[in-house]
Amino acid sequence: MLRLEPRAQPSTLMQATAPLLAIVATIIGGGILFLILGKNPFESIRIIFWDPLFNEALVSYTRPQLLVKAAPLVMIALGLSFGFRAGIWNIGAEGQFVMGALAGSAVGLALHPMQGIWILPLMLVSGIAGGFVWAMIPALLRVYFRTNEILVSLMLVYVSYKILTAMVTGPLRSPIGYNFPESRSFHDNPSMHNSELIAGTGIHWGIVITGLLVILCYYVMRRHLFGYHVNLMGQSNKVARFAGVRINLVIVVCLGITGALAGLAGILEASGPAGKLSPHFPVGYGFTAIIVAFLGRLHPIGIVLAGLLMALTYIGGELAQFMLDAPAAAIQVFQGMLLFFLVAADVLVNYRVRIGTPGRPTSGAREVTAGSSS
Amino acid sequence: MRILKLIAASAVIALGAAGGTVSADEPLKVGFIYVGPTGDHGWNYQHDKGRKLVEETFGDAVEVSFVESVPEGPDSERVMTQMALSGHDLIFTTSFGYMDPTINVASKFPDVTFEHCTGYKRADNVATFNARFYEGRAVIGHIAGHVTESNVIGYIATFPIPEVVRGINSAYLAAKKVNPDVEFKVIWVYTWFDPPIEADAAKALIEQGADVIMQHVDSTAAMLVAEEHGVWAFGQASDMSEFGPNSHIASIVNNWAPYYVERVQAVMDGTWSNSDTWEGLSTNMVEISEITDRIPADVKASAQAVRDAIADGSLHPFTGPINRQDGTAWLAEGETASDGDLLGLSFYVEGIDEDFPQ
Repeated sequence: MLRLEPRAQPSTLMQATAPLLAIVATIIGGGILFLILGKNPFESIRIIFWDPLFNEALVSYTRPQLLVKAAPLVMIALGLSFGFRAGIWNIGAEGQFVMGALAGSAVGLALHPMQGIWILPLMLVSGIAGGFVWAMIPALLRVYFRTNEILVSLMLVYVSYKILTAMVTGPLRSPIGYNFPESRSFHDNPSMHNSELIAGTGIHWGIVITGLLVILCYYVMRRHLFGYHVNLMGQSNKVARFAGVRINLVIVVCLGITGALAGLAGILEASGPAGKLSPHFPVGYGFTAIIVAFLGRLHPIGIVLAGLLMALTYIGGELAQFMLDAPAAAIQVFQGMLLFFLVAADVLVNYRVRIGTPGRPTSGAREVTAGSSS
Repeated sequence: MRILKLIAASAVIALGAAGGTVSADEPLKVGFIYVGPTGDHGWNYQHDKGRKLVEETFGDAVEVSFVESVPEGPDSERVMTQMALSGHDLIFTTSFGYMDPTINVASKFPDVTFEHCTGYKRADNVATFNARFYEGRAVIGHIAGHVTESNVIGYIATFPIPEVVRGINSAYLAAKKVNPDVEFKVIWVYTWFDPPIEADAAKALIEQGADVIMQHVDSTAAMLVAEEHGVWAFGQASDMSEFGPNSHIASIVNNWAPYYVERVQAVMDGTWSNSDTWEGLSTNMVEISEITDRIPADVKASAQAVRDAIADGSLHPFTGPINRQDGTAWLAEGETASDGDLLGLSFYVEGIDEDFPQ
């Protein structure tokens, strides 16, 4: 029998090297996968991890594109990290992303063809409001009716998809688009287009804003009383209540932050890289961000690194597809492998594997259980 | 059909051999971008067949690559840019939603040639191509009108765009011609590919009395449901006969392969231009797969006759008199619909007793 036993003191060296170990394991596992598929394993790994960063023909585009792909993931994951730290499970960031994009786009499209430097900022504020309001549904239902926010927020994702389809086949449908289910292009009006800041790179305002948000979230989480309350609640609701934390308020604010940031990411994506709304607009950023949040250990800097790593596997994966003729499914297996090894490494940092039936827990092990949740 | 295919293929191979000698040194790099998996046995599967024929035909003269399951939007724009940056000369983008990304990327890479499937925007280095699927729909509508016993035909539709509306109208007109009592039930699923939703739609149509199922969606889900419930069904995009051994009558097959070979050749020869291609049964861009012998022989024969008449131009699926659903006149006696009218078609014809989705 294999069993896991908590470690007395997870070593800091192991904690630091665990992600690297996971990447090495992925490279070996992925190499074997590509070998079985009849591809050169060294070339495959080089294309996925190295070429997007260092291939001279590509880097002028792929390096900034890493930021473009990572920005919405990081922004949503930052919001999620507050709730997850407090033990509030908002699984519906995807829906808040869509509703933010819809609300912001609706404002922009309603004003078209008006011009003004204030239009894009107004769209962003509307996007934040859209995501916030959508997140308030699970928040208020949880606070007043004790519903489960996991279910409510997740179900609202599918509702948001339907609303998106209804909008782009109805009120927001482009009047010049032959009835196709999509909105007018935001490129049509410079005032509502979140355009490239540096030509040819795709870098847009979303990346700048994400950078600022990382600093802000770091500050709130580490230095602000609210961050303390969130962390306290994550450890124990009872303790938090005794310490005077207003539990319901924290729930509402945490879901509100997630919703607002997801909504902001949504409108930045819609008005920038996507350039318009269509039923194909959501590609799962809200769900991938959950992985990014946990991979980054709910820490702002960790989330940035995790977001960049995810973006790298996407971009490298695309390169591998057309450079190696590797099927998309192989790339997805490779991505899954990376996540699997990262989580496994995490487990092994905190636990040791024991062979045999469980013995009586030693007093040492008990101390660990208490300590490891800190 | 078979013979035509053979002729087309051999012509293609002959062309290919000639092409090989023209550009001997550097292989032409050709890329394909698909919106779904190549194994979907529908839309993407057929495009990938075209890629394989390009590879077969030109051999070492081309270097062919593809990326599958690329979401429409910024991800597709990035894939196209990466392909262009890595030296591709010709890129086929095979989904409507790639239209704006294709135009954007094409403007940044004027030396790269793009071919966009089903769009309406062109540029100096962007050509468009599409198939007259409605011609195939007229043939299956004709069969459906004959074989239905409940006189209810179920239609799984995707989005209320002209492409899909054309198909419904064309199938209905053909069915009505041979069976005045025929009635169409349409379910809009607002997706191109979602097997569980497609299956649910098929079940709902069968519950409403449909004994023939037509679909514009890409998967084989509806065919499987039809097989299970013992009703007739038509396949979409590729030959789906193996998924409905008892229910499958015929499939409308998208045959892009000859076009792909032709366009690759044109780029090699330097004769490529940013044309707008819209071909149907006459050039075999749209094909009807082998019609089953489980339907009466005379129906099969008359369906073949309809196919041949459309192919040789003697029959147009939209020939007047045709009124719009609201009773107003659209086409006068003997008048045929112009391509312009068809490209913007956004109403049902008279007789379809369904609300047109707005």
